[in-house]
Amino acid sequence: MKPPPFRYVRPDSLEEALALLATHGDEAKVLAGGCSLVPMLNMRLARPEVLVDVNRVGGLAEVRADNGDVTTGAMLRQSAFERSPQLRGALPLTAACAPYIGHFVTRNRGTVGGSLAHADARGELPLVLLTLGGSVLAESRRGRRSIAAEDLFLYHFTSALEPDELLTDVRWPAAAPGWGYGFAEMAQRHGDYALAMAACALRRRDGVVAEVRLGLGAVADRPLLAGEAAGVLVGQSLDGAAGDEAVREAASLAAAAAQPFEDLHASVAYRRQLVSLLSEQVIRQGWLDADDRAGEGGP
Amino acid sequence: MSDHREIAVTVNGRRYREAASDRMLLSDFLRQRLGLTGTHVGCEHGVCGSCTVHLEGAAVRSCLLLAAQADGTELRTVEGLASGDRLHPLQEAFREHFALQCGFCTPGILMAALDFLAHNPTPTRREIAEMLSGHLCRCTGYAPIIDAIAAVAGTGTTPEVTS
Ligand code: FES
Ligand code: FES
Repeated sequence: MKPPPFRYVRPDSLEEALALLATHGDEAKVLAGGCSLVPMLNMRLARPEVLVDVNRVGGLAEVRADNGDVTTGAMLRQSAFERSPQLRGALPLTAACAPYIGHFVTRNRGTVGGSLAHADARGELPLVLLTLGGSVLAESRRGRRSIAAEDLFLYHFTSALEPDELLTDVRWPAAAPGWGYGFAEMAQRHGDYALAMAACALRRRDGVVAEVRLGLGAVADRPLLAGEAAGVLVGQSLDGAAGDEAVREAASLAAAAAQPFEDLHASVAYRRQLVSLLSEQVIRQGWLDADDRAGEGGP
Repeated sequence: MSDHREIAVTVNGRRYREAASDRMLLSDFLRQRLGLTGTHVGCEHGVCGSCTVHLEGAAVRSCLLLAAQADGTELRTVEGLASGDRLHPLQEAFREHFALQCGFCTPGILMAALDFLAHNPTPTRREIAEMLSGHLCRCTGYAPIIDAIAAVAGTGTTPEVTS
């Protein structure tokens, strides 16, 4: 359980880091928080020639708010979403998922960009970024480009980042008046990989759902948007018997949209049932949360 | 490949400078190079929590860090908790509540709990249990550990420790 040999390099600037990635490409691996990469090194599942430690590159952990978005630097530690009042207020869905990312101690070190670039299909942050419709900024010596969350997660452990690209910023749509959010997951023990999870962002206007996005995690080879399920909620009030009916229908469409796999821990049928239950939960959370906000006159 | 380099760290207020290969884990550096064997190593992939130490005041898994990454930083390990023969209040609480048997998991839990209490001085038992989800104890059944942490929570004896 010791890492294989590699060359360790620790650039101080973004230019230096991008130059190293341009030179070494496929042979290099970016070391951010190390919560996933170092276990993979220790278990010899990864054998990069060069390890580019970006922990001392300046300016990669900043938080900026502009135009209804919050941009967080890739090296922001996951614990910031739990602790920063500014982030909790502006990004309630991200804050809601944060306690489920690994453990208290690993969140001190794990980074937002590392988690997104790792593209684990069971990751909380990929699911939330997708549900909110956010994006990331990828930089290389060839230039910079924005990648929408929908296009970022290709399949389990594989993102759309090129080998010479570094994920530098994450753009999160911030909470706005009328919107409510919900997050729920089921794991065998707190902090374990989820068997299933769901996230919802919902806008309520004139007593009905005006807009809604429902995301599902850990039940396919990447996080999914359950578009059809969300569609049946639009224009509906979620109160009363008709509301219950709509939520149940959305939940069963979400369960059908999931593509879960079977393993030692849970069957396909059980995972689908979880998707249905968790979807119901997050849709209701989103609906009530949106109401709460309206009552308070918006965030 | 895998060159050796000098690593300078301050651990528990004392300065050290020792050579380590690039691929040496911080947990091994603490134990093998600095002789600080209070930090335990269980799983070496971030699951058991026994290797938890403080890096620049924050609890981290030392098996998920390279020694080279800690160069120039300040660390605190379980050896830094007691002052002389006087146990830290949290250590004292562990003793009073029978929160350890073999003690393998204890250093990691102590270091994690101190950082946890610094951010959440009056946690609920449930919050303590969630924090403990990152730590495997094969002996005590966790309830006494929760008792010990709850006993010092809110007493104001902990936050200064992590600074
Ligand atoms: S040895 Fe580090 S978490 Fe188990
Ligand atoms: S006291 Fe033995 S592992 Fe916890």
